[in-house]
Order: sequence, then structure tokens, then C-alpha cells
Amino acid sequence: MAEALKLELVSPEKELASRLVKQVVVPGTEGEFVAMPGHAPLLSTIKPGVLVISEISGQETRYFVRGGYAEMANDQLIVLAERAIPLKQLDAAEIEKEIRWAEEDLEDARDDEERRKLQERLDFLKQLKQALELGH
Amino acid sequence: MPSLKDLRNRISSVKATQKITKAMQMVAAAKLRRAQEAAEAARPYSQRMNAVIAKLAANLKGREGVSPFLAGTGREDVHLLVICTAERGLCGGFNANIAKLAASHADRLIREGKTVKMLCVGRKGHEALKRQYGDLMIDDPVDLKQVKRLRFTHAHEIADRLIRMFDAGEFDICTLFYSEFRSVISQKPTALQLIPARFEEEEPQETVETASGAPAAYTYEPDEAEILNDLLPRNVSVQVFRALLENAASEQGARMTAMDNATRNAGEMIGKLTLSYNRQRQAQITKELIEIISGAEAL
Repeated sequence: MAEALKLELVSPEKELASRLVKQVVVPGTEGEFVAMPGHAPLLSTIKPGVLVISEISGQETRYFVRGGYAEMANDQLIVLAERAIPLKQLDAAEIEKEIRWAEEDLEDARDDEERRKLQERLDFLKQLKQALELGH
Repeated sequence: MPSLKDLRNRISSVKATQKITKAMQMVAAAKLRRAQEAAEAARPYSQRMNAVIAKLAANLKGREGVSPFLAGTGREDVHLLVICTAERGLCGGFNANIAKLAASHADRLIREGKTVKMLCVGRKGHEALKRQYGDLMIDDPVDLKQVKRLRFTHAHEIADRLIRMFDAGEFDICTLFYSEFRSVISQKPTALQLIPARFEEEEPQETVETASGAPAAYTYEPDEAEILNDLLPRNVSVQVFRALLENAASEQGARMTAMDNATRNAGEMIGKLTLSYNRQRQAQITKELIEIISGAEAL
């Protein structure tokens, strides 16, 4: 069994991580799972949540991920996420403010199209907030 | 015969134009590098997405209940052409080539008796096509003019709209037109069938991987069909995003080449004008000398 797990975290805009790590906690649609070296091949979609990477050095790196899948095979974990944001870049107060604005905008929305867009944004912000609360 | 003053004016005007084209070329070169980097950074995602979907699709081939994004609606009557072009001109044949490809596609479909709908992303394509196909356009062009840096969310919005239209049964087949970035001097207008999705190149690669690796008895969470149904709409966004990025790089490449040519042409023209200016100046001096000499002789 290999000592380390090869992690590839890819978002549409760029490759965020491609390195060896100890283990990764992945927020799968049907429950979180811990990907470790030697894990059986698995393909799972992911739900919005926090991806926790345990580095070789013992540190932890957290990402908020949303929309995509994780594939585990041959000691390699590939995570494709539509959005992936390092958790330490997020600021709870900032998000709180954004949520308030989004809610106000939603009340003022004129047509369905606008309302739908704002609702989507609001949902996203709420997911972020939730992830932050769980992550710290 | 233009006078000396006219020639002087023309030379200075061509010089001013040359300065502009030169500057545009340089700006395009800088933007091209960034656009190319963005296109390259986006490549791993779309490749992996494609590989996984191709694998799942191959496993599920022929089974019932496959997502219509893969299997189609069973009809092919209504075609939606999504035409991605630039927001700005002055980039050689870039916009015209995409529009031409889309137009020939549309003409063929109309001859076959299909219904064609068009959606333009980018103002230039809309301008080129609206005279002939104005009544086929389903909406105003998607405006990306304010966009400084192309983000996934832009593509996501377009894809989202396509998906909602597809769910509402407004079209059966969706084809995306964009320009593939080959190199700075070569961009290829491309038609890509978006819905139902097509996979061609990925599959041979897939068989190699499973042959060399461990026997791929994957656990699927949730089951294969559900994952596929989740990923296919996402793949639409990914493909649109890729197309937009390729387009952005192509546009800058085309503009750079076009402006390089323009700068060179302006240089040639300045040379020609300067030559004729000098000749004329000399002729005039000679004429004045003759006049003075013959005047002196007459005395």
C-alpha cells in the first residue's frame, strides 16, 4: 500500500492542487467519505461543502467545493469542482453582508429571470456560510 | 497629380494609422498571452470531465432511461445554433469565418426542412447574421462586452439558459460555433454538437487506462445513471466555457495577425508616398531652376 495519496483538485478555471497528501475528506452526495491510500475505486458526485486535505506535513488545508465529482482510483483522487475556494480566503462577516444585500435585491427583483438569478446567488452564499461555520 | 502639400498630409495620416495598428498589435499580443494561459488552465478540467462522462456513457450505452442530454429527444427537427463571436472587430476574418460556417450550416438545415433557431454570443456575429437570419434569432445577443476576464460563471449562465430551453422542449439539437485556437496565425472555425453530447476522441484512451490499471470495479455513489445525469448538464457549461476561452484566444491571435499586416501595409504605403513626394519635390526644384536660368538667358 502506498504511503501517500495523489490529489488533483481541478476547477474549470485552473488546476488548484496536484500533489501528494495524506488523506482527504470529501463531501460526497451520499455522505462524507475519507479518501486514503488504498481506498477502493469510487466515483461519487459531491455536494456543496468543505474538502479537508491532510497534508503530509500534518497541516490541514480546507477548500469550499461545489458541484462536480470525485474519482478515487489507484491511490489517486481526482476532484473536479465547479467552484473551489480556499476556506481561509473567506470572511464570515463579508458573507453575512453579501447575504443581506442579496436578500434585499431579491425583494426588489422585477422579473422571474432576475429573481431566479438572485435566488441562485443567495443559495450559494448560504452554502458558503454553512461551510464556514462547519469548517472552523 | 497631388500637390506636395497633399502628399505631406497623406504621409502623416498614414503614419498616424500605422501607430494605431502597431499599438493594437501590441495590445493584442499581450492579451493573447493571457487568453492562451486561461485556455490552457481550463484544459485539464474539460478533459477529465469528458473522460469520466465518456466512461459512464459507455457503461450505460443502450440502457433505458439515459439522460436526454446524451440520448437526445429522439427527434432532430429543431436545431439551435449558438454562435460565439467577438465583441469587437478589426481582427481580420475571425468573426466573418465563424458567421460563414454558421450560415452554411443553417442553410443546409433549412434546405433539409428543419427548423433553425439562432442565439448569438457576442455582438459581431449578430451583426453579420441579422440581415439574413434576423427572424431566426431567438433573442438579443448575449453581451460580454463588459467582461474583462472570462469567468466560469459567464459560461454557466449561457449553459443554464440552454438547459432550461432544452428542458422546455424548445430544441432537439444544439450546436455550438466557435473558433478553435490552433496557433497565432491559424484559427479554425468549428462546429461542436453540444446537446446531445458527443464523445469521440476520449474513448480509445479510456480502454488503455483500464487495461493497465487495476480492474476498475468502481463503486458508484449514487448509481451510474444518476451521476451521469448530474454531470451532463455541468458538461454543457464546461464546453461553453472552453469554447469561449478558445474564442478569446483566437480573437486576439487573429487581431494580432491582422494588425501586423496592417502595420506592414502602412509601412509600404509610407515608402511609396515618400518616394513620390521626393520625386515631385525634385521635379519642382528642377523646374524652378530652369525657369531662373532661362529667365537669365533671355536678358
